[in-house]
Amino acid sequence: MAGNTSTLHGRAAKAAERHRGRPRGSNNSPLRYVLIGAALAFWLLFLFMPLASVFAEAFRKGAGAYFESFDDPAALHAIKLTLLVAAISVPLNAVFGLAASWAIAKYEFKGKSFLTTLIDLPFAVSPVIAGMIYILVFGAHGWLGPWLNEHDIQIVFAVPGIVLATLFVTFPFVARELIPVMQAQGNEEEYAALTLGAGGWQTFRLVTLPNVKWPLFYGVILCNARAMGEFGAVSVVSGHIREMTNTMPLHVEILYNEYNFVAAFATASALALVALSTLALKSFIEWRAASARKSREGERLPDNTPLHQTV
Amino acid sequence: MTENTSPPTPSPPRRSKKRGRVLPGFTPAMGFTIAYLSLIVLIPLSTVFLRTSGMGWAEFVEAGFSHRVLAAYKLTFGTAFLAALVNAVFGLLLAWVLVRYRFPGRRLIDGMVDLPFALPTAVAGIALTAIYSRNGWMGSWLEDLGIQVAYTPTGITVALIFIGLPFVGRTLRPVIEESDVELEEAAATLGAGRWTIFRKVLFPTFFPALLTGFALAFARGIGEYGSVVFISGNMPMRTEIAPLLIVTKLEQYDYAGATAIALVMLVISFFLLLTINLLQRWSSQRIGHR
Repeated sequence: MAGNTSTLHGRAAKAAERHRGRPRGSNNSPLRYVLIGAALAFWLLFLFMPLASVFAEAFRKGAGAYFESFDDPAALHAIKLTLLVAAISVPLNAVFGLAASWAIAKYEFKGKSFLTTLIDLPFAVSPVIAGMIYILVFGAHGWLGPWLNEHDIQIVFAVPGIVLATLFVTFPFVARELIPVMQAQGNEEEYAALTLGAGGWQTFRLVTLPNVKWPLFYGVILCNARAMGEFGAVSVVSGHIREMTNTMPLHVEILYNEYNFVAAFATASALALVALSTLALKSFIEWRAASARKSREGERLPDNTPLHQTV
Repeated sequence: MTENTSPPTPSPPRRSKKRGRVLPGFTPAMGFTIAYLSLIVLIPLSTVFLRTSGMGWAEFVEAGFSHRVLAAYKLTFGTAFLAALVNAVFGLLLAWVLVRYRFPGRRLIDGMVDLPFALPTAVAGIALTAIYSRNGWMGSWLEDLGIQVAYTPTGITVALIFIGLPFVGRTLRPVIEESDVELEEAAATLGAGRWTIFRKVLFPTFFPALLTGFALAFARGIGEYGSVVFISGNMPMRTEIAPLLIVTKLEQYDYAGATAIALVMLVISFFLLLTINLLQRWSSQRIGHR
């Protein structure tokens, strides 16, 4: 999922600004409308229609039936479990993302690009394989299976397995949002803080963290959306035990396979709302980043050198 | 994959190792990164390789390349390739229209392009199945034309188009935003037609990013499970994708069979990841030169 942060913080947006100021009079040919029309048709067919159908199917039998779907212990348990899994895995991966981006962006060392590739690895692995590997490690016939059995610890087909699988699939999100931004910001401000007598931790907390708070937030909401919505990996390790190891996406599957379509789409619509909020927040952050960039540019000299570097 | 953003700070003096380490905290940050990476990703993933190395060669071939498994690979790679191709064409179109043209509703469309990243795959799966099944919005209409989408390879392709849709746009947009209108204008002044401008001026600039987006969508499509299982119908030899076969084998406690398929898929994915990394380096160099 190559989250190319350049759309968020790169020079691309700057270039877009450049274009916007330019009048484009000669471009009113019919071709333009054909292209817009084709793009719109593709968008309607592949993006809008699936989203709309989730809500249309959920409300097929009216609002009463819709809200009744949530009045079910299995549904409530699924919601709670999904929130719990996200509440554990998102902070862990956020802390990892901060540590990894600090190590990768702020220092020079051999094998840096190899390490970055390793961090991206979970994106290249099928979610099904992500679930499977934890069965190979912790399952009854796995590496640690006999030992875990002896000590009566259940990981696979229980909540810890679901958390582990979620950690795996959401592993790179925060790190890959932070690394390019931290690299672009360089170390000058941190050096300044150190010169002024700040400790390492203080520097991180008061200088680095505020500088990356928006990309961090962006990574966290993406990570959260995926953590709540992961299906393949969780499905393999969960064992599908109702009111025990069913997350919301798994609950959707069970209801759907029982032909309980209204309830399935009602639960799905709750997940779709999470997705829509994520997109709205993302647009908000992009807008913030763009306006922050604009105001920062005001402080620059015509040749684009930041003021503090001209001494 | 994130390597392409090099620090823009103009020529930092002496990039020696020691200078980098002026900042404290390298050891704990690096230590935690490596430990966490190993625990969550590397050690669990290594089990796939260790398990299969314990199998005999004949056993591995039997499990990883039987008729049913080969049919699943063919279907998986074929549909993923087709979907990535569709996404390359329409991703280019969508990105172009969103960057270059202003029209009502553009912001809404733009904001929703990343929906497939945010929407859970299972939700996408049941929604697409509802649309393309016999009495769905599209399905009922297509059935009159004699086209069946749900429970066929076409349906799998549709699901994979949805899943891979944002990739091409994401890699391509920065390039389109950076591309200079003056170049096109210069070509037009020299007498080039629209098609020639596209073929000779625009396309070569877009190609590396387009290829990267294609490869990313393809890689994602190969591993995709959640959105496909609902719409595919899951008939062995016909609409059974490789990830589903892994799940089926795991449910039958056939761990050797599952790991063999997983190994084949992992090797191909790693190869793709490597290609994508090289492609991104190539395309960022290209942009850098302009």
